[in-house]
Amino acid sequence: MSLLELRDISKVYGEGAAEVHALQRIDLSVEAGSLVAVMGSSGSGKSTLLTIAGSLEDPSSGEVYVDGRALSSLSRNGKAQLRRQSIGYVFQDYNLLAGLSAVENVSLPLELDGVAARKAQAAALESLENFGLKDRASHYPDQLSGGERQRVAIARAVVGNRRLLLADEPSGALDSNNAEAVMRLLLAACHRGMAAVVVTHDAQLASWADRVVFLRDGRVVDQTLPVESPEALLADLPNQ
Amino acid sequence: MSVRHALLALLSEGPKYGLQLRQEFEARTGEVWPLNVGQVYTTLQRLERDGLVEADDTVEEGPQKGFHITTEGQAELSNWLRTPPDLSSPPRDELVIKVMVAFRMPGVDAHEVIQVHRRYLVQLMQQWTRLKEDESRFDLNFALVVDAELFRLDSLIRWLDTADGRLKRAAMEGEAMAPQSFPLPKARRKVGVKQ
Repeated sequence: MSLLELRDISKVYGEGAAEVHALQRIDLSVEAGSLVAVMGSSGSGKSTLLTIAGSLEDPSSGEVYVDGRALSSLSRNGKAQLRRQSIGYVFQDYNLLAGLSAVENVSLPLELDGVAARKAQAAALESLENFGLKDRASHYPDQLSGGERQRVAIARAVVGNRRLLLADEPSGALDSNNAEAVMRLLLAACHRGMAAVVVTHDAQLASWADRVVFLRDGRVVDQTLPVESPEALLADLPNQ
Repeated sequence: MSVRHALLALLSEGPKYGLQLRQEFEARTGEVWPLNVGQVYTTLQRLERDGLVEADDTVEEGPQKGFHITTEGQAELSNWLRTPPDLSSPPRDELVIKVMVAFRMPGVDAHEVIQVHRRYLVQLMQQWTRLKEDESRFDLNFALVVDAELFRLDSLIRWLDTADGRLKRAAMEGEAMAPQSFPLPKARRKVGVKQ
């Protein structure tokens, strides 16, 4: 079963002459353990796709299923609960709360979901440790580098029993070494059973994905074939 | 990259024999640039002729014959390291030409042509990135070679994205679609392993 399924999703903003078709009849499913990248230029609809997949916005038509549950069948509170329990978000600008330390940022979603503070903090520390940030747990966002902030954001996105990871240009503000580190962490989360969707215009980022879907003017226009064995690259080189 | 300078670089670390040079060359390039043993000996003979390396006279010809770099060889290597490769003239890039032709050809959707190439390049990048995932084989040299290939492919995709945007804007602004003469890049840059 897919962890995320978008069926015939369309999104229209405005009315009449001002009508904008941000997404048009999108079908997309993402299985557990797989990383899907959505590539497209600015205005192609990729961020809208992500906000709809994450129940932050409703589609104009079509249905979104997260872990088998149709979002249209959930109340506002039901969606909020689903977001806290099942979905992790990673944004380009990290979205960490400046007044909270790294460990408090990571434990916050668990505490909001009713987990006891001590238990939430232990889970947050474990998550930070997994990302090599244990010694930065008490630091505030402005005391962390960009790469560290994004690793905290990913630790927050995967803490608890989240199953779906949604990332919007997760390494957009990072240098290439930190960007690669971020993608390795997202991939590791998928190897542990999460499903992830990364929207990006960056091919280096997208190349970590199992599948790349190309979006143009709100439509899926193409996608990559299953990744071939890389050994062929080495075998085809000259001077063998 | 020239085999000549690669061998000088290896010999700058100390004397080595031919077979060892071949093995170390392949290991240093992450086995991405395989070298046959004939290339090694031909190149060593030329380096010796030019006074850049000297052979160990105590051993007869063969795989155990040792070589060391001369002072002239060190100077040549140092000079080569600091000489930028010739990037002054654009290569006659087949991809650029295909997109230019597609844009002017009646009945052809240039965006669709661009997407065909974009998908192919992304798929290639996925394969190179898979090589990165296997950290057991991923030493520093191999990482540098794979990164170089990924950045090269990435630059092509960025160019395709920019071309896509330019074509879209041109269509919106109603630029005349009639065939025009356009300049094609003339020179081709040489890349890869040189003998």
